[in-house]
Amino acid sequence: MAQSQTEDLTLSSAWSGGASPYAMVSKKLGMWLFIVSDSLTFSALLVAYSYVRVANQDWPKPFEWASILGASIMTFCLLSSSLTMVMAVAAAQRLERKKAVVWLLATVLGGLLFILLHAREWIGLIHEGVTPFANPWGVPLFGAAFFTLTGLHMTHVTVGVLYLVVIAWGFGSARFKPEDVEVSGLYWHFVDLVWMFIFPMVYLLSAKTVA
Amino acid sequence: MTEAVHVEPVVHQAPQGFIRKYIFSLDHKVIGIQYYLLALFSVMVGMLLSVLMRFNLAWPGTEVPILETLFPVGAPGGIMTPEFYLSLMTMHGTIMVFFVLTTAPQSGFGNYFLPLQIGAPDMAFPTLNMLSFWITFVSLLVLLAAFVVTGGAPISGWTGYPPLSALGEIAGPGLGTGQTLWVASIALFCVASLLGALNFITTTIDLRTKGMSMMRLPLTVWAWFVTAILALLAFGVLLAAGVLLLLDRVVGTSFFIPAGLVVSDQMINHKGGSPLLWQHLFWFFGHPEVYIAILPGMGVTSQILSTFARKPIFGYRAMAYAIMAIGLVSFIVWGHHMFLSGMSPYSAMVFSLTTTAVAVPSAIKTFNWLGTLWGGRVRFTTAMLFAIGFVSLFVTGGVSGLFLNQPSVDIYLHDTYFVVAHFHMIMGVAAIFGIFAATYYWFPKMFARHLSERLGKIHFWITFVGVYSIFMPMHFLGVMGNPRRYAEFTAFEFLADVVPIHEFISIAAFVTIGAQLLFAVNFFWSIARGKIAEINPWSATTLEWTVPSPPPHDNFGGRAPVVHRGPYEYSVPGASRDFILQSEPEMKVVHQ
Repeated sequence: MAQSQTEDLTLSSAWSGGASPYAMVSKKLGMWLFIVSDSLTFSALLVAYSYVRVANQDWPKPFEWASILGASIMTFCLLSSSLTMVMAVAAAQRLERKKAVVWLLATVLGGLLFILLHAREWIGLIHEGVTPFANPWGVPLFGAAFFTLTGLHMTHVTVGVLYLVVIAWGFGSARFKPEDVEVSGLYWHFVDLVWMFIFPMVYLLSAKTVA
Repeated sequence: MTEAVHVEPVVHQAPQGFIRKYIFSLDHKVIGIQYYLLALFSVMVGMLLSVLMRFNLAWPGTEVPILETLFPVGAPGGIMTPEFYLSLMTMHGTIMVFFVLTTAPQSGFGNYFLPLQIGAPDMAFPTLNMLSFWITFVSLLVLLAAFVVTGGAPISGWTGYPPLSALGEIAGPGLGTGQTLWVASIALFCVASLLGALNFITTTIDLRTKGMSMMRLPLTVWAWFVTAILALLAFGVLLAAGVLLLLDRVVGTSFFIPAGLVVSDQMINHKGGSPLLWQHLFWFFGHPEVYIAILPGMGVTSQILSTFARKPIFGYRAMAYAIMAIGLVSFIVWGHHMFLSGMSPYSAMVFSLTTTAVAVPSAIKTFNWLGTLWGGRVRFTTAMLFAIGFVSLFVTGGVSGLFLNQPSVDIYLHDTYFVVAHFHMIMGVAAIFGIFAATYYWFPKMFARHLSERLGKIHFWITFVGVYSIFMPMHFLGVMGNPRRYAEFTAFEFLADVVPIHEFISIAAFVTIGAQLLFAVNFFWSIARGKIAEINPWSATTLEWTVPSPPPHDNFGGRAPVVHRGPYEYSVPGASRDFILQSEPEMKVVHQ
């Protein structure tokens, strides 16, 4: 009696061992866990940014219309690259390797455009005299917070671009499986999602208000 | 020859060659031992530092010529400067918390026994596993390098509070290069811990063998699993804090440096930052860290008490849920480290309440441990003694927590020896007892030989009496108003009475530390000469006791075991012997 009951339990649930309960390869679960911990790191930075921003009453709001437009175009590039990534994963799962590679490269292109526009933005700000320890508008922490947040994010995008290139090469040459494309997609969407917090918190909240 | 790294994690060929086998090994068992040895080395360094500190506290101003030879700047004329004392304290804390208490119970034993206990051939990501060990190793080297750079080791404590830690050399010796190395080391350690945590969680979720449901996991696995979740969430935040501190130090930002700061008679040219921000970020990590250190010890204690009381663990489910509850609550109590940092009394009250709530799952665990012992046929092996010692220390250290979690009491006791006594009892010594218990318990599996029980028991009794002699008096010192982090107390009239107590504590500390040599001798002698151990010397039930000692490279010889029952089936009525292995298929019980 008791015997048969235990045996039933052994087979009844995905959590009873001998199977991956989330029905995904470990690599994918690992990527999700990485995303959890990395989002904690970004959250801590955003909390730190909010903390010093609230603590300094005269926080600068220097971004003019052109800057906001530039940042919006960057956002558009990144969001579009998420869309192409979705297409890449879909193509990969249908095992249409060529198509998947094309979509992956389109995603890489979106990422590269983002990086280029962002670099242009950085150079512009540096020319205006913004550094991690000073800026023309007041509270020096503005530059520190801006460069730290966007810098760490840009590092993530850069790593992501390299990652996608490797995946495109490996999937195109049939070394990698569709899951590998999907896992890289998780990372890419996460990086986009982080930007969706940074864009409003760093740019929109610091848009120049008309006096 | 290409390796199938990307496809199947379960291709297991025993590696050839010394380097692949013992240095850059992918085998979780080798990595576990590497972590253990790293912790053993670190604990010796940490103890040595406490010997120096205890000497100075009891007999300040005594000339020790060898100190001058070793540290001509820190101890001119053989007498240590107060700053040198602080650097010893900082390094003692950092080494012990990160490289001993976080490393040995979780990364060491967890690596070795988690896959074995769930019936897996290895961890889910062997390469990441290797990587996390070697990053930890580099992190330790970077930290130790702080001893030899100009200015010496940092003096800001293991909590690295800014503004001192953010300003550089101007704030004191060791706060230049030494502090930068400290931050770099911590950041590296964060990365290593994150990789390890990710690996532990994935392994526990995905690689359990058939029949090993979550509610059949040994409580050790539950503890490692929850600890890994805490590490995954906590170290990410410390990493962010570390990066900001590094930027403050190296780039010149001022996240943690407020305006108008005057240090060493110089106006500091920074403004806008907040030292409180560091405290929030640090303790959001720091409190879960305390449980990262202690939870594995709780798991080991449950395992050992059940084994040697020959009884099922009392309230298995309650034990598992209590571990989860402690893990959950650990993230909403960080403010209790900051009662005196200018916190609103309302926030303090909230943090005080959540902190008190920790007592509930802790009490459940203690109650169930005692319930397990109750009426058991107890075998007093050394492992069992250390596990019982763990319970004792956990209770003692926990009770003083109930004083400190009340803001009004903490105003008096904060930064006194009462706090030193509290955290050494509960997260220092208790966790160390967990490590010892685990070592005596699993040594036969790891090295196929027993540790000497006779030496082990002597080691236990001296250590047990020793740690109480060291830390009990510190409670009274705290109540007498003796502040911590001072190099000596002779200059204060109101502290004239504490000096003899400090002498007593120091002598007790030297005796206790001396007794650890017994352990070291026992450990290395037994690896070579100890009594040969059978496969299952303790008549225990979990899966690691079904494989040869030491287990082969792929643990179960390519055949995954099937689990048919819970982890603690001892003294089952009607069974032919007093334990039933988890993998035993047939019910040897006749139900009427």
